[in-house]
Amino acid sequence: MNLEILGMGVLWLFLYGYMIVSSIDFGAGFFHFFNKISRKDHQVNSLIQRYLSPVWEVTNVFFVFFFVGIVGFFPSTAYYFGTALLVPVSISIVLIAIRGSYYAFNTYGAKDSPVYSFLYGATGLLIPASLTIALTISEGGYVNVSNGQVRLLYGELFSSLYAWSVVILAIISVLFISSAFLQYYAHKAGDNTSYRLFRRYTLFWSLPTILASGLVFIGIRQHNPEHFSSMLNIWWMFGLSFLFFSLVVYLSYRGKRLGTAFVFVMLQYFSAWFGYGASHLPWLLYDELTIYDGFVNQTMAWSLITAFIAGFLLLIPSLYLLMRLFLFDAAYIRGERK
Amino acid sequence: MIDYDPATYSRILTGLTLGFHIIFASIGVGVPLMIALAEWTGLRKRDPHYTLLARRWARGFVITVAVGVVTGTSIGLQLSLLWPNFMELAGQTISLPLFMETFAFFFEAIFLGIYLYTWDRFKSGWRHFLLVIPVVIGASLSAFFITTVNSFMNQPQGFELVNGVLTDINPLVAMFNPATPTKTAHVIITCYLASAFVLGAIAATKMIRGNRHAYHKKALHLTMVSAFVFAAATAAIGDLSGKYLAEYQPEKLAAAEWHFETEEQAPLIVGGFLADNQEVTGALEIPYALSILAHSNPNEEVIGLNEFPESDTPPLYIHYLFDGMVGIGIYLLAISFMYLLIRRIKPAWQYNKWLMRGIVAGGPLGILAIEFGWVFAEVGRQPWILHQIMRTPEGATTAEHVDIMLYLFIALYIALGVTATVVLRRMFKENPAAHELEQRYGDRRDDK
Repeated sequence: MNLEILGMGVLWLFLYGYMIVSSIDFGAGFFHFFNKISRKDHQVNSLIQRYLSPVWEVTNVFFVFFFVGIVGFFPSTAYYFGTALLVPVSISIVLIAIRGSYYAFNTYGAKDSPVYSFLYGATGLLIPASLTIALTISEGGYVNVSNGQVRLLYGELFSSLYAWSVVILAIISVLFISSAFLQYYAHKAGDNTSYRLFRRYTLFWSLPTILASGLVFIGIRQHNPEHFSSMLNIWWMFGLSFLFFSLVVYLSYRGKRLGTAFVFVMLQYFSAWFGYGASHLPWLLYDELTIYDGFVNQTMAWSLITAFIAGFLLLIPSLYLLMRLFLFDAAYIRGERK
Repeated sequence: MIDYDPATYSRILTGLTLGFHIIFASIGVGVPLMIALAEWTGLRKRDPHYTLLARRWARGFVITVAVGVVTGTSIGLQLSLLWPNFMELAGQTISLPLFMETFAFFFEAIFLGIYLYTWDRFKSGWRHFLLVIPVVIGASLSAFFITTVNSFMNQPQGFELVNGVLTDINPLVAMFNPATPTKTAHVIITCYLASAFVLGAIAATKMIRGNRHAYHKKALHLTMVSAFVFAAATAAIGDLSGKYLAEYQPEKLAAAEWHFETEEQAPLIVGGFLADNQEVTGALEIPYALSILAHSNPNEEVIGLNEFPESDTPPLYIHYLFDGMVGIGIYLLAISFMYLLIRRIKPAWQYNKWLMRGIVAGGPLGILAIEFGWVFAEVGRQPWILHQIMRTPEGATTAEHVDIMLYLFIALYIALGVTATVVLRRMFKENPAAHELEQRYGDRRDDK
């Protein structure tokens, strides 16, 4: 394996991490708001709150890690994506800023405000939708590069089936991943009311998840046939993803081994995510930039990898401690410990 | 209306984001240390007042951290959005500390989450105290790493640029450039100083309003002792920064000092007005002081601004920023010293209204000094984004709509600033310290 693939693999792994943890976070924020207006049991929301409070800040770092890392490993992406994505990413920043701060305002401020709750609930669905634009434009055809000028073609973007299919998949996935996690969390907390609610959500969002994935396949075949055919070359990764998905639905329906069910959700997205990523290579931006011509110099690449390994060794025990204290501590989850 | 120039709008928007972020970032670096000091004192003295102090500071801190995190994300992305050409070069040369900053911050974020929710989790308070240490280290390391990037912009090295091609790249040499020691030390210590004063200002406000609860007195004392130490260190490091500038960026120092002709025994000019013919009026002149600041020797020669072509020198209004920053620094040193002095020689005046007012003013002034310092550092580097390598407009985006983005972000920061203030005020107003003490520790002493 060469350094280019290794670097991209690491970044892709972190983006995958962000996708999972932020989906849980965004979905939970949305359900928190939704339960509030539909006057569902208050218990459900305190369960969500117990999970979200200690981890929200960590979620954000996964994302920061990705975009700092990609400029480090592939400095040319700053030029292409940075110029093209000024408006869409600025909108994402505003949404992320609103969500992060209003979450803290609502949770730590003196009282629970419906306006704040709405702000962070709604932005949670809009953030993934706006961030997907970065992935969408990487397929090529949405960016015009000429005379050293990079321009995003809004008309092409907004009239594209592919772009919209990715947005739909992103939003539905947030709700699906989040419900599956909260179903497990509620079950572990012995909170039956919440468990039944999230089980229903999980099952409810499962069919749309698979339909939206199908739509993305159709969209990509239409938009970038070359990418579609390399996806077909590794069809088994998507097949595997479907298998994991079926297991999730089966376990959730039977109400058994919900922890394993959530691991299957992670695997379902893992295989699809890496299948998509692997078939995307070598292009960073289709037809313009590959991982080979956009790669940083070798010295910097090695020092980034060294820093990465050192940092990772520091983070693993810390993350383990965080999870042990809040995710796997039954008494905390049940709300018996403050 | 000015013509649409993406570089100008990019500068304004970056300045806006940094100017807003730096308030929360500085508090984010300094307050964890104060929390740690309070919790440690509480454990050492077995005094619940200090423990509650740590607890309440931590609670308010979360709000500022949240805004700091999101605006930090904002500037992190804006670097690539607004300065893509600069970042393409920076990615090749200085991305190592940027990357390491993420790790330091990650580390801090994890332990902050744990720290906030485990106050009553452990039998021994010392265990909980241990959790704040990674937060302090992570916060200060973040500041260190990110400031090395700014140092690099001032004193780029660790690469060769031959006909537009980068060679001989050495990330560690780039990171530990001549600007790094003074710049990182100056940034970190002033974050501590400003944070101590912000927290001290809260306690002093209580004194003025007649709330003489021992809890607030202890808060005042802890913050002022710390502030005095930090202020003294700031002065020493500030002096070293002057010497750095004299050696490596003499045009920045000369512009800050309105020092036009190279001369020995150079005086320091404070305040004043500048006429077109480089004539300074109405300024306070301190003989030899500039030579001392630059070289520790009153007879040494200091390079003047006229040695440099005008196209390579920064705008001269930075003189006022420099004076403002230094002036506030001296004020903070003086007022914290006054507090300690009066406490020793005339304890009856320890909570004198005017002294307290002086300390209250120190809170916003400390933050203002940080703003002055950063604007001075950034504008003083102009016209370069990378000193003598890349001019600022060359690094900027060529994209459309930067102006609209500017308005969008102005609206965002107003909303965040206003809500954060409202929430913070409400949090502490609805649950005063005395009330919380009684609830948590059954403490009914009033200690007036």
